[in-house]
Amino acid sequence: MNARTRSARPAEDLGQPLKRPFADRFPAAWITAALVISVIVFSAFTQGRFASASNLNNILLDAAQTLIIAVPMTFIIITAGIDLSVGSTLILSSVVAAWVMAQVSGTPEQVAAFEYPNAGVGIVTGIVAGLLVGLAAGALNGYLIAFLRLPAFVVTLATMGGYQGLALVMTGGTNLVNVPPVLQRDFGAAKLFGVVPLPVVLALVIAAAGWFILRFTVSGMRTLAIGSNIEGARRAGIRVRLHIFWLYALTGLAAGVAGMIDLARFLSTSVEAHGQDALDAISAVVLGGTSLFGGIGNIPGTVVGSLLPSVLQNGFIQLHLAPFWQPVVLAVVLIIAIGYDTLRRRG
Amino acid sequence: MSTHTAAEAPLLKVDGITKAYGRVIALDGASLELVAGECHALVGDNGAGKSTLVKVISGVVVPDSGTIAIDGNDTAFVTPNDARAVGVETVYQDLAIALHLNAFENVFLGRELKRTGVLGRLGVLDRRAMRSRTTELLTSLNARLQSAELPVGSYSGGQRQAVAIARSIAWGQRILILDEPTAALGVPQKKMVLDLIARLRRERPEMGILLITHDLPHVFEIADRVTVMRHGRAVATLRTSETTEHELIASITGAAA
Repeated sequence: MNARTRSARPAEDLGQPLKRPFADRFPAAWITAALVISVIVFSAFTQGRFASASNLNNILLDAAQTLIIAVPMTFIIITAGIDLSVGSTLILSSVVAAWVMAQVSGTPEQVAAFEYPNAGVGIVTGIVAGLLVGLAAGALNGYLIAFLRLPAFVVTLATMGGYQGLALVMTGGTNLVNVPPVLQRDFGAAKLFGVVPLPVVLALVIAAAGWFILRFTVSGMRTLAIGSNIEGARRAGIRVRLHIFWLYALTGLAAGVAGMIDLARFLSTSVEAHGQDALDAISAVVLGGTSLFGGIGNIPGTVVGSLLPSVLQNGFIQLHLAPFWQPVVLAVVLIIAIGYDTLRRRG
Repeated sequence: MSTHTAAEAPLLKVDGITKAYGRVIALDGASLELVAGECHALVGDNGAGKSTLVKVISGVVVPDSGTIAIDGNDTAFVTPNDARAVGVETVYQDLAIALHLNAFENVFLGRELKRTGVLGRLGVLDRRAMRSRTTELLTSLNARLQSAELPVGSYSGGQRQAVAIARSIAWGQRILILDEPTAALGVPQKKMVLDLIARLRRERPEMGILLITHDLPHVFEIADRVTVMRHGRAVATLRTSETTEHELIASITGAAA
């Protein structure tokens, strides 16, 4: 900067802008390469177990849940925010939805015997209730962060514990298993054209919508502007607080959607299974080239990044390594990515 | 003031503005007049109240008391948008531009152009229209950018300043406030920005320019009048053609009788 301002040039010449580095133009290049190498290694050393159709199906379903949360998380991280509570919001939504489904789908005796005469109404009201809970959980985060101006990191750390706690209070610490099977048949295990699982289709539709909004619309541009210079955005007349509030609210809603996929896949809640979700989603976003410092982000990178956590998790299982290695490897990769982001930021 | 009709009222008249932050008095009855077609410099020592006064005029700070009149009509600004709605645009010292966005995104930030029809209702940006309007503006400012597509963060200081000024004149406003527009720039880029201000003054006679600066030679180079602030008050308004740098310094420091 100093070197350039000191250099002499004709007064009306504003100088040459700097070339953008390679990594800015292809933000997901490294992670795409890492993903391809992982897939090749896992496929080569698992005698076809990793690359089997049913296994890839599972990987895609796991990745779909990560992606649904990672899309709005991309917007939050672009504003230099964070949401650690997504896994707990997912659990709370799925518990409320499962509870409502059990109440509405039949008499207590029928439901206890796994009979669901009113499964249709039960599923619809359960999903509506679950999504509303997700939206409300996200809205509370958003209110605390945007309007009360509390730090996002601590707010969502607190609600991460709080939302999961509420869910466990509701279930007494066990899982709710009375989910009408038609939800699995028609959604969780259903495939579009017999090939692509419906939850994956849903995730891709959400990703496409996120890409469109970020890349082409006023809202996307304002999100980038807020992350780049929040005071500048405010002075430009943007309602910064309201904008940030909605990003957290919609992230809660997305966690609710992922929670519905949980119910549809397993016909049960998974109250202890989502402690890793925030790490997975944040990793997906950051590995995809979105900067934790704000102002830079893209959705295609998040899509690619969303595959890595489930590919690693699944690959380790297929290699007969302890799956507990997944978060270790993911943590290392994430820290390398953050280190790179930080160096890039320092210029 | 009562003798003015709306037609001959100054473009901007601020009167008796006070603003205190706790026990610190930033403005203590500051007054200022800006007429159309002039470049009016605002000078004073650090803490004299220049920046606070400018924030009041641009709607960022709500004063404790005092009046602001545009064309003789009393106005009250509560937000920057209120000031902007009546044609007050400000180029802030820190530029307030988003370094990750490109030139045309910055120029249109908060007032984005949308596509017509269904796409527009979905909030889709009309990038082509924003780009061509921005190129037009920068050309009229004689400011050359290699590409309006690159993030402003990759521009030089002078280019960034040009983008910030282009944004503020993009909206056909009446009053342009420039807060230390040359403070962070090298010598050639300083000259570029001064030329740009001089050009605006010539070509937009309906506009008044309020220039905050520490650089007294600049005051004499491009300003018609200069107001000196001290301890939250405007202590003198002088014609640059009728004063000297020495006199001005004396007034700023309070050494003058």
